Amino acid sequence: MTYKVLIVDDSKLARMAVTKALSTLHPEWERVEATNADEALALARQSPPDIALVDFNMPGRDGVVLAQEFRNLKAGMPVAVISANLQHEVLHRAKDAGAAFLPKPLTVDALKGFLDTAIGELESAPR
Amino acid sequence: MTLPTVLDELELDALTELVNIGVSRAAVSLREMVDEQVILSVPKLRLVDRANAVSILREREDTRLVAVHQVFEGDITGRVMLIFPETKSLELVRAVTGGDLPLEEIIELEQEALAETGNIILNGCLATIANMLERSLKMSLPEILHGEGPEFFELAPPPEAGDVVMFMYINFDMQLRAIQGYIVMLMDLPSMTALKQLLQDFIYRTTGETAPRHDTGH
Repeated sequence: MTYKVLIVDDSKLARMAVTKALSTLHPEWERVEATNADEALALARQSPPDIALVDFNMPGRDGVVLAQEFRNLKAGMPVAVISANLQHEVLHRAKDAGAAFLPKPLTVDALKGFLDTAIGELESAPR
Repeated sequence: MTLPTVLDELELDALTELVNIGVSRAAVSLREMVDEQVILSVPKLRLVDRANAVSILREREDTRLVAVHQVFEGDITGRVMLIFPETKSLELVRAVTGGDLPLEEIIELEQEALAETGNIILNGCLATIANMLERSLKMSLPEILHGEGPEFFELAPPPEAGDVVMFMYINFDMQLRAIQGYIVMLMDLPSMTALKQLLQDFIYRTTGETAPRHDTGH
């Protein structure tokens, strides 16, 4: 089973880093990129991704707001917010939005942990 | 004069991302100190020369400024400063001391609290950058400077011609206190060239892709 992953980060370098980690784990998966929340949401409305990986600190709306918007668009979509900003408030907001939180810089192990759970959820969900 | 050719677009993006990670980590420490959430803006980075740096500060700030200043040494050498309006200085001290102290005590603690806060933000930022670039940097003790701005760029030893000033705009917003600050790094051109090389290596490690090389004249 292959999935489509939407990667959202205003930094090109950060998107490249996520892409590298993702292609190490699942080279066959489809990847789509966006540089901010508006662009990401427009892409997701056109063709919803299965999984989203979003940066927290972005111009416009932050990654947690976007995570909530994704999950409003498609209930149960696995979303991870990626940031080095581990303040309690940010972690709690991510949790309340139903999103996972992965520390920046992103490691392959951390991404694998999230994706394994996400795959489990997607496979057990009615399609 | 701007210095668009010193770093290319991806190198600048990588440096901004390193600063973003560094400042985000520093915000976690700062949050513990002030016991409330610190909301960060998205950092914006700009490379300019010294004269331009002075005029940017003059244009943006018409008040006296405070700077927490530290020298760093290693593969890249230079100065780093956290600069903010002097009027916000006592606000910041109030935030980190808990806010219940009488004004005289806050004034007494000002130097120490500024040094400590500056140290956490600047060290958090530089240590992250150094670690991710796989280099070590030695940091001096923080020093507090007050002034209009230009004198921050004229500290001894006197600057060599061709210094590069890196402006990083970032807001630290706390619920009750909006404290806007700049992180400013001053480096000479050899350090900038070394930084460019380290960024290229970092980009390669992170993405597996080689950044386009530029002729640095060496």
